[in-house]
Amino acid sequence: MSAPQKLPRWAELGLLPLINLAAALLLSGLVVKILGESPWAAFKLLASGAFGTQEGIGYTLYYATNFIFTGLGVAVAYHAGLFNIGCEGQAYIGGLGSGLIALWLGDRAPFFVVLPIAIVAGAAFGAAWALIPAWLQARRGSHIVITTIMFNFIAASLMTYLLVNVLIKPGQQSPESREFGPQAMLPAAHELFAKIGITFSPSPLNLAFAIALLASALVWVLVWRTRWGYALRVVGQNPSAAVYAGISPSRIIIQAMLLSGALAGGLGLNELLGSQHRILIDFPGGAGFVGIAVALMGRNHPIGILVSAVLFGALAQGGAQLAFDMPKINRDMVVVIQGLVILFCGALENVFRAPLALLFRAKGEK
Amino acid sequence: METYTLIVLTLAATIRVATPLLLAAIAGMFSERSGVVDLGLEGKMLGAAFAAAAGSAATGSAWVGLGSGIATAVLLALLFAYATVTQRGNQVVAAMAINIMVAGLGPTLALAWFNLGGQTPQLDGPGQRFTSLVWPWANTAAEYPLPGLLYAQLLSGHNLIVYVTVALVPLSAWVLFRTRFGLRLRAVGESPQAVDTAGISVTGLRYQAILISGVLCGVAGTYLSTAASAGFTRDMTAGKGYLALAALIFGKWKPYPTLFACLLFAFTDALASRLQGVSLPLVGVIPVQAILALPYVLTVLLLAGFVGKATAPAAIGLPYSKEK
Repeated sequence: MSAPQKLPRWAELGLLPLINLAAALLLSGLVVKILGESPWAAFKLLASGAFGTQEGIGYTLYYATNFIFTGLGVAVAYHAGLFNIGCEGQAYIGGLGSGLIALWLGDRAPFFVVLPIAIVAGAAFGAAWALIPAWLQARRGSHIVITTIMFNFIAASLMTYLLVNVLIKPGQQSPESREFGPQAMLPAAHELFAKIGITFSPSPLNLAFAIALLASALVWVLVWRTRWGYALRVVGQNPSAAVYAGISPSRIIIQAMLLSGALAGGLGLNELLGSQHRILIDFPGGAGFVGIAVALMGRNHPIGILVSAVLFGALAQGGAQLAFDMPKINRDMVVVIQGLVILFCGALENVFRAPLALLFRAKGEK
Repeated sequence: METYTLIVLTLAATIRVATPLLLAAIAGMFSERSGVVDLGLEGKMLGAAFAAAAGSAATGSAWVGLGSGIATAVLLALLFAYATVTQRGNQVVAAMAINIMVAGLGPTLALAWFNLGGQTPQLDGPGQRFTSLVWPWANTAAEYPLPGLLYAQLLSGHNLIVYVTVALVPLSAWVLFRTRFGLRLRAVGESPQAVDTAGISVTGLRYQAILISGVLCGVAGTYLSTAASAGFTRDMTAGKGYLALAALIFGKWKPYPTLFACLLFAFTDALASRLQGVSLPLVGVIPVQAILALPYVLTVLLLAGFVGKATAPAAIGLPYSKEK
């Protein structure tokens, strides 16, 4: 039973996630059926809502941008053998960093100065929020899962305090900051396309998507093509071997968590500078948790993360369409699907791996 | 006199807030003592809260609500046990999956069944909720401040689940530390190999522990939707499962310290609502958010070893495989 269940690389990276996804979707279809709607019609609505129009595609990629940042964050920590549940809080605090820069410089410095500073501030704030759990895990052995959960709640309290008491626009009821200056707004995709003569329907998709793609490429180079990435993966797979190889696991753990928090902090670029143009309550909106699903399904590889982030973006956008057209279904159905994907791609992955491994072994022996 | 009444009322509120926390924390104590990280307390509670409110709304009986709440939490616990014990999947991932799935499933089913935008109907019929039990002479006693108000507000006037929860603390202490089952449960969390060598099923013990956790989370969820409030609303657990886990760690996985931690955390909650906007001598107005974040900060400090030392069961989080 526990003989090494090795699968060919293509099956491990492609076939198995597809089977797991199919199982999750099948069960989701069953839920839709129980709700009294046709699963096939729901699926078609979802797909057409997400990819049917230019506006739909724009929204899908806009949501996907958030999930790329948090998915990369979860993945980098995972390569060091850490389960970072704190991306939600790191994205929240990271967004605060970018947002503060945008509030400060948005109407007094040119865009090409504001953008890099906002990126650095977002990464620095996100990393800082990951630093304490990282340090506690590396030096004092506190379980990172628990501490990052606690830090999510502390971040939420801190941000509510800041927004209600400090950052709120005077004379306003809802806890939101004032609007950013024009130099701190990332250009929208349809504006950029218009400049090169392509018409694209307006949507919140913005420059942050390109930054997310760059971040993915950077993570790939860092994890698979550098000495540090090698050390990272050794620590994740066998910390005691790492010690014999002269690698300090606690240093790598702290560095990996800093990078993880910095990546999650990128969410603020898309959500605040790219779309909302102000700091507001709970802007990550659960993207930190979706990042877990995205990383699990994408096998912690940037390409896999891109594909599954787009898939989850499509679910978020298509789900809105679904809720609009099917009165018995609301957007919470999308959350159910996310949960099922985590269940099958993460916790139940051995269910299909064992029979698949048997199948491949039988084929190999022929 | 005014201050005295205020203190008694705050303590009574503490007991009401502490009840679901304590139920969930004891639930977590059983599964974690058997070596299974139980992040799924939140999801099991939320699922039970929905099922209890739905059951009570449909039949008009809070007891049917309790039954369906427990049944739902146990089903979720079974799914969790299958994924983590039988399939040896990652415990943290499985629990997060269940938490997220339930967070979506409750409002989805509520919309389809009751058509009230993701809530269940208001439970206002007779017998649809677990209401406060007034002890004999409580109303008369309330007029005599010092012992009377304590009797009327602290001892009397809670619902059945609160009293059952209080009794659960010594009961679970007895089960864990004075029975053969408890000894084996603790052993399987420290050294599953030893238990296996003694011819006792690791799988069986862990299933039992996770099922006990399911039953208790079911009661906790039922309390939230049919006793503390009158129906299910979206995300009504609001992180109580994680807070219970923090209390369990703060209580070092022991029944009485966990009771103390739950009371402490609940007290900060009751205090936060009392201190809203109140200016205190010397410190001025304390932000409510700072008081609400206190349990989480305390837990982090404890985990860091700055406030005592919490040692988790040795085999916690590791799936057990006979061949290794």
